[in-house]
Amino acid sequence: MNALDPIFISTLHWLAGLAPASVRPLVSMLLVIAGLMAVFGSCFALTTILERKTLGRMQNRFGPNRVGPFGLFQPLADGIKMLIKEDIVPFSADKTLHFLAPLALTVPVWLAFSVLPFGRNMSAIELDAGILFFFAIGSASELAVFMAGWSSQNKYSLVGAMRAIAQMISYEVPLVLASVPVLMAAASLSLPDIVQAQSGFALGWVPRWNVFTPWGLAGFALFMIAAAAESNRCPFDLPEGESELIAGFLTEYSGFKYALFFLGEYLGLFAVTGLAVTLFLGGWQAPARWLEWFPSWGWFAAKFSALIFLFIWARATLPRLRLDQLLNFAWKFLVPLALINLLAAAVWLKSGVWRFPAAAEIRWLLCAGLLAVPYVWLARNWNGVAPTQRHYNYAE
Amino acid sequence: MLGRGILRGLIETWRNFQGSYYDPARLTTVQYPEQKLPPQENARTFPFLVYDGEDFLAGMRCTACSICAQECPAHCIKIVKDTAKKPDYLGKMQFQPQVFNIDMAVCMECGICAEVCPFDSIKMDHVFELSSSDRLMVLQKADLAKSNDYFRQIHPAEAAAVDAARAGEQRKAQAKKDASPVPVAS
Repeated sequence: MNALDPIFISTLHWLAGLAPASVRPLVSMLLVIAGLMAVFGSCFALTTILERKTLGRMQNRFGPNRVGPFGLFQPLADGIKMLIKEDIVPFSADKTLHFLAPLALTVPVWLAFSVLPFGRNMSAIELDAGILFFFAIGSASELAVFMAGWSSQNKYSLVGAMRAIAQMISYEVPLVLASVPVLMAAASLSLPDIVQAQSGFALGWVPRWNVFTPWGLAGFALFMIAAAAESNRCPFDLPEGESELIAGFLTEYSGFKYALFFLGEYLGLFAVTGLAVTLFLGGWQAPARWLEWFPSWGWFAAKFSALIFLFIWARATLPRLRLDQLLNFAWKFLVPLALINLLAAAVWLKSGVWRFPAAAEIRWLLCAGLLAVPYVWLARNWNGVAPTQRHYNYAE
Repeated sequence: MLGRGILRGLIETWRNFQGSYYDPARLTTVQYPEQKLPPQENARTFPFLVYDGEDFLAGMRCTACSICAQECPAHCIKIVKDTAKKPDYLGKMQFQPQVFNIDMAVCMECGICAEVCPFDSIKMDHVFELSSSDRLMVLQKADLAKSNDYFRQIHPAEAAAVDAARAGEQRKAQAKKDASPVPVAS
């Protein structure tokens, strides 16, 4: 425990204490909201530029480096551009829905941040069913996307929205299923409790994070893949596939509404990344005992940035999937594996009481094997057998 | 199918990422306005007119034969023949262009004019920073004329071949003149 750790909470209490007692709860709530919006808003700006620079480096080029030192003012320039662009509403569009869609995407995404524990005692609302709230709020973005696609009265928008719906609903299943073992292990739906359940060190030095168990590792991988698809990230960004759909459901959006969609997409990514940190990487816990001098929110930020980098890295590497591949991948690979992962987690949790010699090793091997064998089988078979010879019915 | 290809791809992009900070082979981009790559010798942008010597009007190789203007697929060359003639490098009297305009907005940089020119007069240039704030994109004779030295500089091999051929012809013409009996004034 150190002095820096509760700095945000003490600042909040001090600021709220300046207000009269009758409005103090309201003021403190508003301060939390303002703080979250400031932190993750600037995080969004920073991510856009760092993502572009990282992508550039990974593709043997510099990335934006003209505006300000190292191009760091690029988001500012982009923001000004977005703000002063003409906001075009198509003549035949459903004007109300067209206007509401960006808001319907952005508002629930902000709400999702309210349950994440960013540090010790640092969650805006401590809900007993925080993760349930998170997934319920997260699924509201599907509605917004379809609103955008439908109200634009444009075939590309509609096809893009339909793809987005198919993708988001399909990947919601493995996303939730991958996080269920964590709930089983923590025996709680509350996110601070889940973080607390991952405290301590096995063998004195391995942190008891979920990712260091067989089911946790598999769950983490499944969760990250599903999270990338949920937030429309590459390689699952085909609702916006430029090559065939112009910009998908964003086709008829311009100016600030487009910026709002962009913001919503990135915030959704941040929220789900924060959840991944919370569920699998021990939340705000330090990775070693001698590193506990670093503030808890600092650890959360470090893990969070590492995962964001992982997403950017995957985006720089992987090409886009085809729609049928995408859905087959969700239903024939991720969902079965997530279900098997549930079984492996159950075996792991039930075998915790084993007290015979080498029980820990056997437990590890059993659970890892329970996952590895189906993984190999599913990975070889989910997309059918690869054709060795192409057959052309008419061209030969 | 086990995700090995994905891992290999990730490793490659990671190598690019960290290599871009110290390995020039991993960061091949050139920062354009500050750094410039030398153009390839066989690069071509817009046509220009070669002249010999110092004065472009006297040394212009163009004989206003209009082959380039007729062959140009975009019809961007306009030539008006001058009535006065001037001696060429062999001493023969040739026509010269009074007006030689190329509309840069229409030219598509195909290089056909340079291929068909029988007098090695029109050649393709290396200039590419041609943006300007006005719309006057029709280049006149004076704008198009560039010296043979410049031609040697940008296309050394081709210029050397042209120079050698022209020198050979000049020698042949000189020899013919020497061999022929001197007309005696009667």
